[in-house]
Amino acid sequence: MSEEQIRSLERQFDERIARDEKIEPKDWMPDKYRKTHIRQMSQHAHSEIVGMLPEGNWITRAPSLRRKVALLAKVQDEAGHGLYLYSATETLGISREEMYEQLHTGKAKYSSIFNYPTITWADMGAIGWLVDGAAIINQVPLCNTSYGPYARAMIRVCKEESFHQRQGFEIMMKLANGTPEQKEMAQDALNRWWWPSLMMLGPTDDVSVHTEQSMKWKLKRKSNDDLRQQFIDQTVPQAELIGLTIPDPDLKWNEERGSYDFGEIDWDEFWQVVKGHGPMNKERMKARVGAWERGKWVRDAAMAHAEKKRNRKEKKAV
Amino acid sequence: MKNENLYNYILGIADNSLILGQRMGELCGHGPSLETDIACTNISLDLFGQVRSYFQYASKIAGDGRTEDDIAMLRKEREYKNVLLVEQPNTDFAYTLGRQFLFDVYHLAFLKELQKSTDLTLSAIANKCVKEVSYHERFSSDWVKRLGDGTSESKEKMQEAINDLWTYTDEFFHQTDADKAMVVEGIGVDVTKLKDSYYKEVSQVLEEATIQVPESKYFQKGGKQGIHTEHLGYLLSDLQYMQRTYPNMEW
Repeated sequence: MSEEQIRSLERQFDERIARDEKIEPKDWMPDKYRKTHIRQMSQHAHSEIVGMLPEGNWITRAPSLRRKVALLAKVQDEAGHGLYLYSATETLGISREEMYEQLHTGKAKYSSIFNYPTITWADMGAIGWLVDGAAIINQVPLCNTSYGPYARAMIRVCKEESFHQRQGFEIMMKLANGTPEQKEMAQDALNRWWWPSLMMLGPTDDVSVHTEQSMKWKLKRKSNDDLRQQFIDQTVPQAELIGLTIPDPDLKWNEERGSYDFGEIDWDEFWQVVKGHGPMNKERMKARVGAWERGKWVRDAAMAHAEKKRNRKEKKAV
Repeated sequence: MKNENLYNYILGIADNSLILGQRMGELCGHGPSLETDIACTNISLDLFGQVRSYFQYASKIAGDGRTEDDIAMLRKEREYKNVLLVEQPNTDFAYTLGRQFLFDVYHLAFLKELQKSTDLTLSAIANKCVKEVSYHERFSSDWVKRLGDGTSESKEKMQEAINDLWTYTDEFFHQTDADKAMVVEGIGVDVTKLKDSYYKEVSQVLEEATIQVPESKYFQKGGKQGIHTEHLGYLLSDLQYMQRTYPNMEW
């Protein structure tokens, strides 16, 4: 293809997106579009899978049968999200094995929030309320993103995530209205998860590298700072409602902006965790890689069995 | 307690689901593939759902203010009535699925009989559970066949798991006092009658899986009387952690 032809295809491609048309797997797409989507979508899938670990950590110790069942169902939903996000990414011409390989070698990233430990039951509430809350703010705009399989996967993911968020808030509410010990547990979890949740919405706009191109492709519709503000404005009244205190002495309603002003985020901590040196980075990867390696003989057996079955069938047919 | 036999009978059924559900829940996020991870979590979820139905009923029968959670999480080790098989650890995927398979075949046959119980609550619970457990049984027998008739490595592991777990199968067919009383009343299932068809069915699947049916005639028992293997205590310390550390609170 001549450069002229490619430019013409790119022009048509950009126009389709501008008209809000969906790009489908068999459509022509610029190489960079494919690569960017593989990167973002697989990162999203990895986040779901790694995200199972901190919550899975409390399944055996959930305080009641009702909570145990709800937590199991939630973690199972996350596995389901991972499954259809991996499938959606596969439509771009990469296999699940390759994506796992990228995760296990550290080439692909996942959401840094999962590199924090879940040390009390209240962390199950805080993750649902804050982490899923921030994730929804990030993800709702993706229901209208330009790549069809991603947009469709996100519609389902978002529905379930908002259920998870309510569930998490309900855990926190119950604790906040409980005994002093329970309330303290809830406040402590909020103290530990608040700042990492704000960081989840990404670096500030002045240092964010992908934003402009992503806006054009509708992989992003609002800037990180706008999303963060939206999250804070939405969450502060919820904390007040259940009598918990946001751990930010600079947090103050700004009448003029109609938004909350908030304190400085510790970006050094953010980059430390992103670069692999958070409290749980090594453990999370060890758990994923360990499960994959321990499972190799099982996957091999399943392949070998399927092959044997196929051969027997063919023999019968002959 | 007026209905002590019925209460103990329900606990005998429910504790199997409780302890096995807890074991399967341990695996969440650590399975050999995403699909098996989802399936194992799903089995755990089904089992805990069943546990809730049974214990809500047991709580009504006890009538002393104890809730489903009190019954599930605040008994002492010797008061748990599950069979020894379900408390065995997740040594590897062959053990996990072998344990599941050996339990599922029994569980399904048991529930099919429990559907006929003259106790309407129990028969209603059994009706619901039969559907779930049919699926569990299909899943676990498929995996036993896959691993048995897969690679030489998987065959060896599957055989070893079946050999080790076999000793816990006979206990299913032992009757407790509560069992006997409930059979007389038409409420309970006569487990002694399930034994022949159980071994027949299990052997069929194992043969298809090219796994040798163990010939050992030495079996372990005691779970139904609360005499467990050393594994149970650790499992319970996880299960009970929150209820023991923070007593009398709502969650």
